Amino acid sequence: MTTTTDPHQGQFRLSMLLYDSRYRSMTIQIIALIGFLLLLGWIFSNTAQNLTDLGKEPSFRFMGEPAGYDINQRLLEYSNQDTHLRAALIGLLNTLLVAALGCITATVLGVIIGVLRLSPNWIISRLSAVYVEMFRNVPVLLWIVFIMAILIETLPSPSAFRKGEASLSLWDSVAVTNRGIYIPEPLFTNTLGNLHLFGNSSLRFDVSLDLIAILAVFIGGLLTSGLIKRRADHTQEATGTRPTTWYWRLGVVVIPTSIVLVLLGLHWGYPELKGFNFKGGTHLRNSLIALWLALSVYTAAFIAEIVRAGILAISKGQSEAAGALGLRSNRTMSLVILPQALRVIIPPLISNYLNLTKNSSLAIAVGYMDITGTLGGITMNQTGRELETVLLLMLVYLAISLTISSVMNWYNESVKLKER
Amino acid sequence: MKKTVFLGALTVAGLAAGASAAATLDDVKARGKLNCGVTTGLVGFAAPDANGNWEGFDVAVCRAVAAAVLGDANAVEFVPTTGKTRFTALASGEVDMLARNTTWTLSRDADLKFTFVGVNYYDGQGFMVHKDMGVSSAKELDGATVCIQTGTTTELNLADFFRANNISYEPVPIETNAEGQQQYLAGACDTYTTDASGLAATRATFEDPSAHVVLPEIISKEPLGPLVRHGDNEWGDIVRWTLNALISAEELGITSANIGELSAAAGDNPEINRILGTEGNLGEMLGLDAEWAKRAIMAGGNYGEVFAKNIGEDTPIALARGLNAQWQDGGLIYSPPFR
Repeated sequence: MTTTTDPHQGQFRLSMLLYDSRYRSMTIQIIALIGFLLLLGWIFSNTAQNLTDLGKEPSFRFMGEPAGYDINQRLLEYSNQDTHLRAALIGLLNTLLVAALGCITATVLGVIIGVLRLSPNWIISRLSAVYVEMFRNVPVLLWIVFIMAILIETLPSPSAFRKGEASLSLWDSVAVTNRGIYIPEPLFTNTLGNLHLFGNSSLRFDVSLDLIAILAVFIGGLLTSGLIKRRADHTQEATGTRPTTWYWRLGVVVIPTSIVLVLLGLHWGYPELKGFNFKGGTHLRNSLIALWLALSVYTAAFIAEIVRAGILAISKGQSEAAGALGLRSNRTMSLVILPQALRVIIPPLISNYLNLTKNSSLAIAVGYMDITGTLGGITMNQTGRELETVLLLMLVYLAISLTISSVMNWYNESVKLKER
Repeated sequence: MKKTVFLGALTVAGLAAGASAAATLDDVKARGKLNCGVTTGLVGFAAPDANGNWEGFDVAVCRAVAAAVLGDANAVEFVPTTGKTRFTALASGEVDMLARNTTWTLSRDADLKFTFVGVNYYDGQGFMVHKDMGVSSAKELDGATVCIQTGTTTELNLADFFRANNISYEPVPIETNAEGQQQYLAGACDTYTTDASGLAATRATFEDPSAHVVLPEIISKEPLGPLVRHGDNEWGDIVRWTLNALISAEELGITSANIGELSAAAGDNPEINRILGTEGNLGEMLGLDAEWAKRAIMAGGNYGEVFAKNIGEDTPIALARGLNAQWQDGGLIYSPPFR
């Protein structure tokens, strides 16, 4: 057999760039690249020129100016004298909060609905199907607005509590109002104070040392519990009998954590009606609740389908083989089906987490001050810097999305089928 | 060679874009319609009636400009904008002018690059509360939940007011007046704050307006007026002098009832003659015909008539002229001379 293109013997000539099949594709690609770069350059220079003509040269100096507006839900301390940068940071934390809460609830709800849809019980599987179709086929914005309207219109306002028409729920500890839900907050008598990071800058960040202490002891307990489990596994492999360790494993987590909580002087701050509003307690604003609930139930419908698809993707022979080996059905699910199903579930799950995070920018519909509401809303409006704020916003969402997908890809890698 | 053609095409496109940005008047004439940015609905100022026709105090300014430029008060495309979208709509050229109770401030003038052509309503920010709450002053609102339209000057005034009086509040940001009304009526906020005229207009639409009071404190100056983009002074002049024509017409006693008679022939008041085009060439200077102001005034009457018809004391909104009376009557409404 002869090769179709013999090694070229003669001189290289310019025309060969076009007529020689070895170089032609390269030539075309380079020309296309140059054209693309020219187009990009034109878009950039045109934008810059038009903005300069309008007298609005791109500049990010406005981020250092005082913001002048207030934000209701702030995870860090903030006043209207702080800069636009800090307002953007407060908004960013609100975005992350609702995204994290939403991802967790959507996953839990989605897995439950997805598994229930496969249930042999006709009513349960139909109800799950109705759930999926109902939430998946209505735009999430409508769910957000709908839940917000229900919260505002049906729950009692604080004045109803004042007149005695409504009262606190759960032994006088939770106030459910149409301004949000007030729940008891943990307070510490012997508080360790806060750790101040970044001094006085716009990015200053207070970390509660109480929280760090509690988390450290709790995680230490979990690790110890893991050690005990490993030793039990070893004993089981060596002798065939598994020592009973559950009270040890529970004890090393619960007892040290409780001791730390008692030492810190944990007590609860209950909401109380003072003046116009409830004071004390943690205030979950109805904008947060509406957004969180709507995003969760909406995304859960998609996750349910992903979970169902993942489980159905495992061939029936696997569960039958597990049954033949004598595994009980819950062990079959956790040891055979799920580890294989996860490989199918995780990649589409990543996109749903990303969707949920990006959908959280619909927050403005209910006045939840996420980063689109602060940086992309009020800051943009008060400073008139549309281009700069939108660019920053895009960068922020890009960064959040890339972080989520790299974490999830790392997890995906760890549950992948390990072939030898 | 190719590159030259490409760059040449770019230059032409750039020039065309530059030219079209400059002459708003030609654009409007070519389109045959004026694109006017208004609120998403504030009864008395700009709201569609039962038949879908926009009417109101701000709408009248749009109609007067359309009548002056195009000869047809109905040749207006009303573009509803929120407090947040209005400036982007104007800056991007989506609307030719904005008549949307917008406060004239230095930063909007110099930083956002807009030209305010005048003031058609002198306003101030107030608070509305439920009467049974027993609040008689805005300074008693410590700890209150306040509904506030986001992206407005009122948002910044509110922060300043509470800071100056050393009291706290919880802001509930809302997008439109309708949303604010819903939250306020359901008791999700204790008080609703916006321009006092807006509060009066909102209250007029309530089932029981008497159950709500507007607190006496006016915490800011809010001169509201129509605005256009920087960079086209000819267009700015047309909008400015259309507004001034309505104001001067009231001052000089030109009404929609007697305008036909006054414009039929030159009378003995030279300024009336100049406005109505029976004398001089003021219209030509603006790039319009001689009867521009006559059409503008006929569109909805003079300033006083527009005020009385939309927001005056005989309407449900019942706003007194107050600061918005003519200067001879002790108000601030004043037009430079037509000369």
